[in-house]
Amino acid sequence: MEDQKFKSELEKWKKKLADHERKNPPLKKRFSTLSDMEVPLMCTPEEMKDFDYTRDLGFPGEFPYTRGVHTNMYRGKMWTMRQFSGFGTAEDTNQRYKILLERGQQGLSVAFDMPTLMGLDSDSPLSKGEVGKCGVAVDTLADMEVLFDGIPLGDITTSMTINSPAPVLLAMYVAVAEERGVSKDKIRGTLQNDILKEYIAQKEWIFPPKPSMRLVADTLEYCTKELPNWNTISISGYHIREAGATAVQELAFTLADGIAYVQAGVDRGLDVDEFAPRLSYFWDVHNDFFEEIAKFRAGRRMWAHIMRDRFKAKNPRSWMLRTHAQTAGVSLTAQQPLNNIARVTIQGLAAVLGGTNSLHTNSMDETLALPTEQAVMVALRTQQIIAEESGVSNVVDPLGGSYFVEWLTNKVEAEAYAYIKKIDELGGMMEAIDKGYPQSEIANAAYHFQRQLETKEKVMVGVNKHQVDESARSIDVLYIDRAVEERQVRKVEEIRKKRDKKKVEATLQELKRACEGSENTMPHILNCVKAYATVQEICDVMKKVFGSYRDPGMF
Amino acid sequence: MGTQPAMKKTSKIRVLIAKPGLDGHDRGAKVIARALRDAGFEVIYTGLHQTPEMIINAAIEEDVHVVGLSILSGAHNALVPEVIEGVKKAGADDVLFLVGGIIPDEDMEALKKCGVQMVFTPGASIDGVIDYIKTHVKERPVT
Repeated sequence: MEDQKFKSELEKWKKKLADHERKNPPLKKRFSTLSDMEVPLMCTPEEMKDFDYTRDLGFPGEFPYTRGVHTNMYRGKMWTMRQFSGFGTAEDTNQRYKILLERGQQGLSVAFDMPTLMGLDSDSPLSKGEVGKCGVAVDTLADMEVLFDGIPLGDITTSMTINSPAPVLLAMYVAVAEERGVSKDKIRGTLQNDILKEYIAQKEWIFPPKPSMRLVADTLEYCTKELPNWNTISISGYHIREAGATAVQELAFTLADGIAYVQAGVDRGLDVDEFAPRLSYFWDVHNDFFEEIAKFRAGRRMWAHIMRDRFKAKNPRSWMLRTHAQTAGVSLTAQQPLNNIARVTIQGLAAVLGGTNSLHTNSMDETLALPTEQAVMVALRTQQIIAEESGVSNVVDPLGGSYFVEWLTNKVEAEAYAYIKKIDELGGMMEAIDKGYPQSEIANAAYHFQRQLETKEKVMVGVNKHQVDESARSIDVLYIDRAVEERQVRKVEEIRKKRDKKKVEATLQELKRACEGSENTMPHILNCVKAYATVQEICDVMKKVFGSYRDPGMF
Repeated sequence: MGTQPAMKKTSKIRVLIAKPGLDGHDRGAKVIARALRDAGFEVIYTGLHQTPEMIINAAIEEDVHVVGLSILSGAHNALVPEVIEGVKKAGADDVLFLVGGIIPDEDMEALKKCGVQMVFTPGASIDGVIDYIKTHVKERPVT
């Protein structure tokens, strides 16, 4: 009866709407999300016809985790405020870390410079001009010792954004902890270690995909056995999105990467429930508020099903998609940079309403340079205001049950599953990358969006609408001077002179032998770093065995 | 169908889009490469992680009118002058040099002094880039 009444009322209202819009046409012909997904004017119980609460949402902390992975979410555990940072030398960054911890940040997140990401030393000719620019320069264990000087490694968690040379930097972290007497079960943190998204989007690679996946499996196995509280892979959508992917592509390609890593662990002979609980995710959080919230919710539900149904995982911790999030760097504008504070607030709020477990809020000046100290402070304060003033952390998944949010969550999920099916048909993510499939899908989406900006179908305030004359820009930026490079080059040269050369040679030889065979490389890499072998010396040895990867240069 | 207007006989403008240095941010380079191709230019894209020497060689071999360097890592002051000097030294003195990426205001002047005609920073429109190339590229006799 109630249903009949609803239907007739809805029909009446639809007629009224049509009349209204004849006289007052909508401002645009088409309304779509940032990712250009068309959205209805509103959703009603009609879109919820097949909705089944226990199947689709469940309770917080329970399968399929749509509402969040913790039973009482932020009432019991606030998300970790983790600001990504690193610049100049280890000394410079160490100081910044101490300031961040003093200000109430709970975890560290290390940004390495480009040479480190590419497995190069600061004195390599290829590193010219790049040392300490986009992150901190680390060449040897000596730099890592300085980077974490005075920081209690047993009490904090550290996230390291490093991929191709991930085993080397992990080994350095373990070695520093060992020097300080911090036992392996006390070491907590996250290694990004997500090489697949490098080929797809971020493009900081060294070796071809196959040996790279072996190194991922090596770290997975090593950590599972030796570092029980370490998150082994941070499966990252962030870079995929920043490269131009839509929200759905970000979700789908990242989950497909996750599937490939779980398969690699299983193929290595590990029990899925032994290692899956230590996998975590990393989402981008962009401007389109509801699209982002839907993505976070759909992602948790999909991963729960993938892990339980596809991989037959039995441990509920294997089903949980725990995630870090970072506000979208690509959404920031160099024009009127203070406006970025507003963008970051909206994005941070979306991540929290989406149930993130950890968050980095970008600084307003990051399209211009690495952030200044003041800009970093505003960014951290933004999430503290969301956490402690806005009241949103009081309630679990407050948008659950919203007709529109549930409709959008379902839609994002269905479209992401269609991509995963396509990737499965191609033979999995490794094959798909080889065929250039995700790369070209992302390039197409990036081009489509740029065209929409040109026609003003999509708006960036201050860029293609509401511009002002900014011939005199009024914002201070952080400048890394060339002296950093000179200092770092001198430092690595000194270490090379001081260390025991025979020991370096011997450990590198042992590593080479391990690479040629099939044993786990991690213990050998650990020996190399303890002998103060450089990042490049270690990577070069592996390159000799594994070969290197070149950009196919498609556009 | 009406009659085709008489086409002025000129060679296609050849553009090299290059990514010097180590940064992997190729979204902008790819978007601009595709947009220039769609606008009728002949586009060569180097791919990532190119040394100045590789870019110089590509510019000379491909006999390009325009070299667009995309760089977002902050290494522009070290890498851009090297590319320009090398291309000029190799005898190509009529090439239009453009830079796209994250370039602080303080660095603009130094880049222009070393031979960069225009720097396009985030928010630059594609049509603006196309127009700039069309109006500033140096004519070459058709061979």
